[in-house]
Amino acid sequence: MSVAEKYLRMNKMPHIWCPGCGNGIVLAALLRAIDQLQLDKNNTVVVSGIGCSSRASGYLDFNTLHTTHGRALAFATGVKVAKPHLDVLVIMGDGDATAIGGNHFIHAARRNIDLTAIVFNNNIYGMTGGQYSPLTPTGSKATTCPYGNLERNFDIAKLALAAGATYVGRATTYHAKMLTDLIVKAVQNKGFSLVEAVTGCPIGYGRKNKLGSPAKMIEWQKENSVNVKAAAKMQPGELKDKIIIGELYNEPAPEFCEEYGKMIESFRERRSCND
Amino acid sequence: MPTSRIRLLQGNEACAEGALAAGVRFFAGYPITPSTEIAEILAEKLPSYGGHFLQMEDEIASMAAIIGASLAGTKSMTATSGPGFSLKQENIGYAIMTEVPCVIVDVQRGGPSTGLPTAPSQGDVMQARWGTHGAHPVIALSPASVRETFELTVTAVNFSERFRTPVILLLDEVIGHMRESVELPDVSELKLVDRRKPTVSPEDYLPYKADSDGIPPMANFGEGYRYHVTGLSHDESGFPTGSPKLTKDLILRLHDKVEKYKDEITITEKYMTDDADVIIFCYGCIARPARRAVKDARAAGKKVGMLRTATIWPFPDKVLLETVKNAKAVIAPEMNMGQLLEEVQKHLGCTKIVEPVDKVDGELITPAEILAKIEEVL
Repeated sequence: MSVAEKYLRMNKMPHIWCPGCGNGIVLAALLRAIDQLQLDKNNTVVVSGIGCSSRASGYLDFNTLHTTHGRALAFATGVKVAKPHLDVLVIMGDGDATAIGGNHFIHAARRNIDLTAIVFNNNIYGMTGGQYSPLTPTGSKATTCPYGNLERNFDIAKLALAAGATYVGRATTYHAKMLTDLIVKAVQNKGFSLVEAVTGCPIGYGRKNKLGSPAKMIEWQKENSVNVKAAAKMQPGELKDKIIIGELYNEPAPEFCEEYGKMIESFRERRSCND
Repeated sequence: MPTSRIRLLQGNEACAEGALAAGVRFFAGYPITPSTEIAEILAEKLPSYGGHFLQMEDEIASMAAIIGASLAGTKSMTATSGPGFSLKQENIGYAIMTEVPCVIVDVQRGGPSTGLPTAPSQGDVMQARWGTHGAHPVIALSPASVRETFELTVTAVNFSERFRTPVILLLDEVIGHMRESVELPDVSELKLVDRRKPTVSPEDYLPYKADSDGIPPMANFGEGYRYHVTGLSHDESGFPTGSPKLTKDLILRLHDKVEKYKDEITITEKYMTDDADVIIFCYGCIARPARRAVKDARAAGKKVGMLRTATIWPFPDKVLLETVKNAKAVIAPEMNMGQLLEEVQKHLGCTKIVEPVDKVDGELITPAEILAKIEEVL
């Protein structure tokens, strides 16, 4: 049985994504990771926000929660804190996670709560038809920046790291195998993990910026990515506009739900001492 | 020596105690005057009950977190005031649409905007009804004393579990901060309601297929019933649909499950209404000056009574119509510009004199102000 048949709600196919969209590649990487991790379907919750990539939750045969725009991590926090034994994966797009959901993103990282956030970064708001997001590169075009984006874009890996995430990784749809490995390790990390999946939106972003066919966009990802190990030996000038991929950070720290659990336990002990 | 259960409590404290008694084991909130005590008390007490308190990054996140916790099977609550209540509205609509039980306490303060943070108001009555977009039903309750704050908090949790819907508890600043001596019932004396679980196998479970009472049984995440929850219009299986028929079926069922049980949800108090020529229709802390006004008017030989409603939404139209049947006039004192007054007018039409006593300056309405209006209409 393929991982697709094993973990997808096949009766919900075909999916809504456009031909050439990279979201399917990211989803497949996630499925392979889930298979490697042998996650229990009944004890896994997949939470998503609003947007193209967030529709993935409906296709996944787990407990699935398709929430409001930007709020997936806040809903997921409630699920995880209430029932810490559940594995909680959170799927978001770049606009969802870093614009309207930016506050929840930094605070989930700060708490180091055991959630795995997978951000499908296609540099654009796809579902609404191609408006610029906080991850649209400066100078790129979108329907709401027809003369080129004047704003500077986030580096969400650095953002997560600065906010307190304990695992951060990044890969592209060209590096699908690496993406799987990063998701596996992100789920294994007991704390807040971010995996940024650089993906392509040929319709909403590619066309506007004359990036060519979907295959060409994936080739572009290959040519413009530098592994974090190689990057360590390169000069800042050489890394300008490059996508640094690989495991960017992995440092365990006390996890929020475990710490809260210890506090609850201390009350139980106090009570039993008083009995 | 048995310890007395009589305690000097603030309304906000009674609300927190009521939540614990009702089985709330998850609270997420954000600091805001005049509701903060509810969060502070639950931060202190929930861990010893094996529950969780979370101070979230904002009001929106607090509302999201309680929905998530409730889906995972934990009775959940948040508390806020007007500005925070506004921020929560989108996710309140989500909880209505996805039928997730939870309780939102709104300790109302003067508005609009930052307004009068420490002064009483009843300005959120219509926000409770129509704050979130779209066609939807709402249950909102409003207590008039500290003891009733405890009771209605328990009732709010019970209603949310029974009807699978968010329930709004509208306190006002006076009720939230007032201290009264109250005897709280023992938890064992309380009737607590838990959401109904599915009896079918996971393969046969349709998460939004209602039982004959209009309410779908609810499986919690992690119990083997893997299903999809979305704020999109959905069919009985929980998956999105664009079908006009299925959308209509869903929206009508959401309304029906509240409308059908309106009598059960409606909680009112009548005080000297049987022979009254004038009925004061009120709710929340205004029941207190209204009761004084009734007593003073009666002492002066005037037939005045009070109909006080604890259920704001659904609007208690049946009880209102029946109570005012033989009265000449209805007076609706409110700490807003007449939000529930319009509901009264809607239901009574031109058959009665309906007069407001509005106050929006952060001061309580006094018995004298109500008495003056009684003079006017008699």
